[in-house]
Formats: sequence, C-alpha cells, structure tokens
Amino acid sequence: MFKNLFLNSTSLIIGVFLLLFLVIPIAQVFYVSFLDVNGSFTLVNFSDFFKNQLFIESFYNSFYVAAMSVVLASVFALPLAYFTSRFNFKGSVIIQSLGFIPLIMPPFVGAVAMKLFFGTNGSVNLLLDQYFGFKIPFMEGLNGVIFVESVHYFPFILINLITSLNNIDRSMEESAQSLGSKGFGLFKRIVLPLSMPGYIAGASLVFLKVFDDLGTPLLLDINNMLAPQAYLRISSIGINDPMGYVIAVILVVTSILAVWVAKMALGGKDYSMLQKGGGGMIKRDMKTRQKITAYSVVGLILFLVLSPHIALTLLSFGTIWSFSVVPDAYTIDHYKNIIFENSIFIKNTMLYCTLAAFIDIVLAFFISYIVLRTKVKGRQLLDYIAMSALAIPGLVLGIGYLRTFYSFNNPLDGKPLASWWFMIVLILAVRRLPYALRAANAALMQISKFLEESAESLGARKTTIFRKILVPLMTGGLLAGFITSFSTATVELSATIMLVSTEVDAPLAYGIYSYMQTAAGRGPGAALGMIGVLIVAVGTYFSQTIIDKKYKKTGEVNNG
Amino acid sequence: MKKILSFIVAFLFATSAFANTVTIVTSFPKDLSGKFKAAFEKKYPNIKVEIVGKKTTAGIKYIQETKSNNTTDLFWASAPDAFEVLKGDGLLQKYTSKAKGIPSKVGSYPVNDPDGFYTGFAAAGYGIMWNTRYLKANKLPAPQQWSDLTNPVYFGHVGMSAPSRSGTTHLTVETWLQGVGFDKGWALSKEMAANFKTVTARSFGVPDGVNSGDFGVGIVIDFFGLSSIGSGFPVDFVYPKVSTLVPANIGIINNAPNKKNAQLFIDFLLSTKGQETLLDPKIRRLPVNPNTYSKAPKDFPNPFKDKSIGAAVKFDVDLSKSRYNLINSMFDVMITYRLDELRDAMSAIYKAEAALKKKSNSKASALIKEARALIAKNPISEAKANDAEFNKIFKKKRKKAKDIEKYAGTRQAEVEAGWDKAVVANYSAAKKKAEQALKLL
Repeated sequence: MFKNLFLNSTSLIIGVFLLLFLVIPIAQVFYVSFLDVNGSFTLVNFSDFFKNQLFIESFYNSFYVAAMSVVLASVFALPLAYFTSRFNFKGSVIIQSLGFIPLIMPPFVGAVAMKLFFGTNGSVNLLLDQYFGFKIPFMEGLNGVIFVESVHYFPFILINLITSLNNIDRSMEESAQSLGSKGFGLFKRIVLPLSMPGYIAGASLVFLKVFDDLGTPLLLDINNMLAPQAYLRISSIGINDPMGYVIAVILVVTSILAVWVAKMALGGKDYSMLQKGGGGMIKRDMKTRQKITAYSVVGLILFLVLSPHIALTLLSFGTIWSFSVVPDAYTIDHYKNIIFENSIFIKNTMLYCTLAAFIDIVLAFFISYIVLRTKVKGRQLLDYIAMSALAIPGLVLGIGYLRTFYSFNNPLDGKPLASWWFMIVLILAVRRLPYALRAANAALMQISKFLEESAESLGARKTTIFRKILVPLMTGGLLAGFITSFSTATVELSATIMLVSTEVDAPLAYGIYSYMQTAAGRGPGAALGMIGVLIVAVGTYFSQTIIDKKYKKTGEVNNG
Repeated sequence: MKKILSFIVAFLFATSAFANTVTIVTSFPKDLSGKFKAAFEKKYPNIKVEIVGKKTTAGIKYIQETKSNNTTDLFWASAPDAFEVLKGDGLLQKYTSKAKGIPSKVGSYPVNDPDGFYTGFAAAGYGIMWNTRYLKANKLPAPQQWSDLTNPVYFGHVGMSAPSRSGTTHLTVETWLQGVGFDKGWALSKEMAANFKTVTARSFGVPDGVNSGDFGVGIVIDFFGLSSIGSGFPVDFVYPKVSTLVPANIGIINNAPNKKNAQLFIDFLLSTKGQETLLDPKIRRLPVNPNTYSKAPKDFPNPFKDKSIGAAVKFDVDLSKSRYNLINSMFDVMITYRLDELRDAMSAIYKAEAALKKKSNSKASALIKEARALIAKNPISEAKANDAEFNKIFKKKRKKAKDIEKYAGTRQAEVEAGWDKAVVANYSAAKKKAEQALKLL
C-alpha cells in the first residue's frame, strides 16, 4: 500500500510542477492561435498557414535541415564513439570531453565564430582563394545552418552512444564470440542493436533541437525556416497576428510526432541485459596502421567540431580581425575587462545552472522510473509533457512566464514573481529536463527488471531499491544527464532574455549577447564565452573521470 | 550546498541593498549604457543605476506586459517610433528638462516630442559603411549615394537589416519612400536589395558583417559606422544625400517608482558632461548640443554646421507612424523572404543588359524595360498603403471586429499570402522576360 502511495504522490508532485511551469505558461500563449479577431474559437489561422507558400517552404526547410543535421552529426559522432569505446585508445577521456565541448557554446556564438573561419571571406576561403583560386560555400544558405547545428549538437549522439556502449555487458560479446561470431557479424548482431537506444535517443534529440533552434538560423540570416518565422512574427508583428503562435503549435506537434516515431523505433524490443558486466565492449589494441588512420580521423573531426572554439580563442585575444586569415595583433585586454568588471555573469550562470540541472536529474529519475517501471495512471502523459519542453521555442516559454507570473508578487521582496532570479532557474530546468530525461531513460532501459523484482521478492522496499540498485547502476546515465542539462543551460538565451529584469541577475549567454552587439564588444564577448567554455569543460572532464573510474572498478569486481 | 546557500543570501542582499535606484530599460549596447551609468553614479554616488538591456521591440513588449506592476523608471532607445507606441498606450509621463543650449531641431527633425513625453539626447542618421580591405580586394569603388548601390558591380556585396527587426532600419526605408516617392522608393529599395548578400535579423548584424569582411558594404545607422572606425576596424562611413537625422530618445515611464532619479538622469544626459560622453570612440553619436562638437575629433560629422546632413528630406513622423507595420510587412514579403527570387531575376536582367551594351536590339531593350517594371511593381498602391482603415489590419494591438469596418474579417496573414503570390509571380515573369531578351542578343 505504501508503495502505491509513494509512487502516486511523487507522480502528482511532478505533474503539478510540470503543469505550473510548463503547461500553463504555454497554454497562455497558445490559446492565441485558436482565436479570431473577436476572441472566439477558430481554426482559420491554421488554414492560413497551409495556404501560405512561404510557411510550407519554411516547414520543408526546417525538416530538411533537421534531418541533414542528424546525418552529419552521426558522421562526426560515430567514429569518435567507436574508436574510444572499442580500442585501447590513449586520451579517450580527453577526446570524449573535447567532443562534448561544442554543446557548451551558445549556438549564436558558434555561428559568429564559424563565419570567421568558414564564411565566404573567412580564414579557410581566403586561403583557398589565395592559393587555389576557388571558394567553398560552407556557410551559404541552409548548408551553413546544417554545418553549425551538427557541430553544435553532435555531442548529443556522442554522449548517449558512449554511455550505451559502455553499458553493454561484456559477457554478451564474449558469449557471441565463443559461439563463433566475429567481425561485422558480431557488430551487427550484438553491438549495433544494444547501442540503438542510445543512438536513437541522441539522434531524436538532435532532430528536435535543430528543428526548433532559433539562434543559428537568425545569426546566419536564414529566415525561411519555421522557428525564425515564429520568432519574427511574434516579436515584430505582435499579438494581432496569431501566425507566430500557429507556427509554435505546428513545431510542437511535429516534435511530439518525432518523439513518438523514435519510441516506435525502439518499441517492442528488449534492450536490457540481465547482468551488469560493465566495462563496455572488449577493448582491443590497435595495429600501427589502424592507429594512424584512427588518429587522423579523430584529429580531423575534432578540428572541425572545435573550430568554433579555435576561432573564438583567436577572437578573444585578437585586436582587429577583418577580412584576414588571423587577427592583426593580440592582446589580453579583453580578459582583463571581463574578469575585473563583469564576473557577475559567470557567478550567476554557475548558480542558476547547477540548481536547474539538479532539479532536472531528480525529476528525470522519478519520471523515467514511473514511465518504464510502474503502471501509474497517466504515466505516458507525464513523459510526453516533460519531453514536449524540447519543442517549445524558448521565446514562447519566456513570454508565457512573463504573462503567468508577473501578476503575482514574490513574498520575499514584494517585487513581481516573474522578475525573481529563481524563475530563470525554473525556466532553465523545464527547458533542459528532456535532456536529463533521455539520459535517465536510456540508463534505466539497460537495467534488467529482474534485478528489482528479485530485490522486491526478498522484501526490499521501493526506497531501498532506489538507493541500493537503481541509483548506483544509473549513476553514469544520471551524471551524463546532469552534465548535459547543466552545460546546455549555460548557453540558453532565448528563454532567459525575456525574464532578465536587471543586469545583476543576468546569466553568461545574455552577457555575451549584449557584448556582441557593439563593434568594440566582440573581443570581450568572445573572452566571456571562452571563460564559460573553460569552466564547463573542466567540470565535464572531472565528471568524465569519475564515470570512467567507476566503470573500471565495477569491471574489475566482475572480472575478478 | 553551503556555497549555494551563501550565494542565495548574497543575491537577496544584492537585490535589496540599494533602495535608491533608477531602473532603465534600454536597447543601447553596454558600451554606451555602461559609460553613462558609470558617469552618472560618479556624479550621484548614492543613486544606483540598474540597466535592463533589451532589443527595442522586446523592450516595448516588456513595458507593455509589466505595466500592471511597473518597476521600470525610464525607457531609453533610438527609434522615436518606439516612443510613439508607448506614448499611444499611455505608458509615458511628461517631463521637460531645464538643460540649456539644446536647439529645437536637428536636421529637419524636432529634437523633443512636441507633447513633452520623451526627450532627444543624441542624433543619428542612416548611411553607408564599407570595409576598405574588402573593397580593395574585390576592386570595388566606395559608394557615396544610395543609387550607387544599385550598380551591378555590387552584386552579392551589400548587407542590410530588416525594418521589421530594427526600428532604426525602418526609419531608413521610410526615408527612401518619403525622400524619392513611394513607388520610386520601393523600386530603389528592390534594386539595392538585388545586390544584397543578406538581410540580417539584428541591426548589429550589418556592421558586424562589414567589420569582419563577410560582406563589403552595409546600410547602417551612423554610430555603428563611426564606432567601428573608433574601434579600429578598416572601415569608412558616408551620409548619402537622401537621409534623415532623427533623435535618439529617453522617456519616463508612467508611475515610475523613482521619478526624481529618472528626471536627474535625463538632465544628466543633456548636461555638458553627458553630451561629451557621446563622443567616446566606442559610442560616437551626434550630440544635440552644438557646443559639444568643439571637443569632437577632426573628421567627426557636425549636422549643425554641415547642413547637407539629414536636411534633404522633410521627414513626416505621423505618416511614418500611421503605416509603420504595413511598411515592415511589405519589405519582408518583397525583399527579406524573397531575396533569392529577387536576386535570380535581377541577375538575369544584369546579364541581358550587359549583352545589350554590345549589341542594340529594340525588342530586347523593351523586354528588359518590362522586366525592370515587373520587379518594381508593388502589390498595393500608395493610396492603399496610406489608407488608415487598411492599416488597421496591421496594428499590433488586437482590435475588435467593429473597429475594422471596411476590412472586417481580413487577416494580416491572408493579405500577406496574397502579396507573396503576386510578388513571386512578378519576379519570375521578370526573369523570363530578361532571359527572352538575352536570347535575342
């Protein structure tokens, strides 16, 4: 009886949280899409959408860009994940951390940096033009969006895939081998299917994020996509024109469909493993030639995906960088300016994002457990609602928060609730919850139910099972979720820009954004971005080491 | 955990420790707002300036959304239109500063709101900036007038922001329309736009693109050009003849919690010290006090001396206000969202015209003329664009059906879909005609 009470009340609390901080704010904004001029219900706005050639084209473009980004991101992620999980590869930890770094740069900063390298008159094209007399249109039109997005979001595939691969029970592979399976057959029958949940989780995240990313197309001046259309309409035409909100609804519906398709792709199959062998796949030593190939492939990919950071580093130390391969001269003034005058942005970001990511993993752990392991009523709904946060453009959620919470006063200081800094934490937590949830789901899917059932049959209580079985076995996944939520929250701008009411409360990305709006601010803005990247990178590196150590330990115990 | 708690405590203190504040919502960059904040706090050490940076459109929305529980004292931004919107909504209060030495007009534009709801503190005009390294590498001449930018040599080298995204860009487009006439103005806009590499979503995207050399020439507000020069970029700036000088403004929000401090801040902006701060190399805006120019660097433009700056057009602010959203929408439908189609059509015309120069053919010449006319063709007439009833469809504020009598039930999205269809058809017909002309040559 206690068991049910505990689960039901947990579900209820999570439900209320989501209702208050996700559903109601969105509903506040969404209802506009169903209103006509008189304020009564209508569907005519949706028919306007499908009659407008521009919107149809935008829809197609968004779909194309999202799908191509998944393909390109997979091309970046697969070799990195494979080499580091499969072989005794020196510096695997560094590669896995470095490969993760693209996520922790606001996409708009990434776009600025990549334009400097790969733009029509960026470093690469200036060199190509000088020596070979031609240019490559990396950044032209939709190509640019696909390029920037896949560099930015490929870590979603990488991190989920590595977690999956590390969770593959070594004994599975050993048994297959002892039965005579090897080479590609082994890969196809064992490795591929078992890493599928991770890959699909990552790929669907990439698809969703790209599908409604706003910053990148805006900075590359691509307007013919859905998210920019929604943003442009909401922010420039305003409430009289409901099309922005209609587009938002269509974004949400498409995204929910994508989640559903991903779920279907995994559905009906059992990916769990009875034992928790740990250690991942059997690691091999590479032959010299293999080593050379592997290092050059990894090197090339790392150069590509880290190019925004390389460009940003140059920018942060450079004086003037204009129509030239590298900046004219170098200085450390930008860093001095940031550290002595504007460290508040960094402090705020650390505080907000730690709190938000912590809220996220707690929620994610319980939601994934309720959805995958219990029969609580409405559990699927909980999952869908939590995941739908992915599909809500940040700006829309921001406006929703303003509308919903502005009329209530904060009892602490008597100011409106919407201007309280903790609302920024909440909006970040809601926006980043899906990441933690994906990671928690993937981790839980790989733990066999039998473990819990046997514990239960031996009389263990739910809380004991959580503490003694699930939490320890899911630590890797949860930590991955924490890192993903934390570091992606550090770069969030579209939602927070609506809620920041004074500069003292502003987070890092907001600081960079306001710097990047002036001719003299590019350097300091880049320096601020670099400091943010460094902080998160160091944090990620340590978490990665902890995960790795843990796996080694469990691996040893099992092997011995 | 302890650290987090101490952070929380520190934050609670940070928000409540300064009771004597003035809160300013501004679209100005940190380089500008930060300098004024520091200078003001130096003069009044017991008043703390809180800056809330938002884009102009987002700032208006913020003030509208938060009016029930207002915490903002001042709105501080460039575009007078933005202040007109707030004034129209009754969100501003009157204040007339006692500062001396400020003339009533700059260029042909009044410095202050005639009704006293907002105050001009600096002037700004639109012009052309270019990257000298870029122009040299591509062997392009430096442009001087808007019409220079219609020259085919600039194809793919020019950038501009969309007027729907930036209030100041809107003023430029409106200046073209008022300066050379509605139809001619749109034709000019589209001919320039055919040479665009991009229409940026942020107004700063233009100077950013020119500074980094992404494109060579940008249509920008003067301080973007002047401050880029001040920051050391290899760029230059010019005011074309058809341009308007408009004041950048500040206004006190209705029921501002710190009205006294807000008034002090406005007085400070207009004081000698405040006006001189505008000349900072990272700011570089035109002061409204003519005496301040004696402290300016050598080549700094002075509209009170050089009467050619911003005097050619008598800017009608009421006309601009009455069709504000409609003009933005027209620009987006015809240019921003259909830039590829426009460029395709114009490059076909350029090819045919180049061929025509070598060989004369009256039929081809007529076809090219028709093609150009198709490009220039607008989906609506000037009379309709100025029709107050028709404009109601584009108003930001939600109107009841009974307010829109003549066009009851018409939706903006519906109108725009119709325009889009007509514009795409015109561009593709123009392209076909140009191709036919080329075949004859």
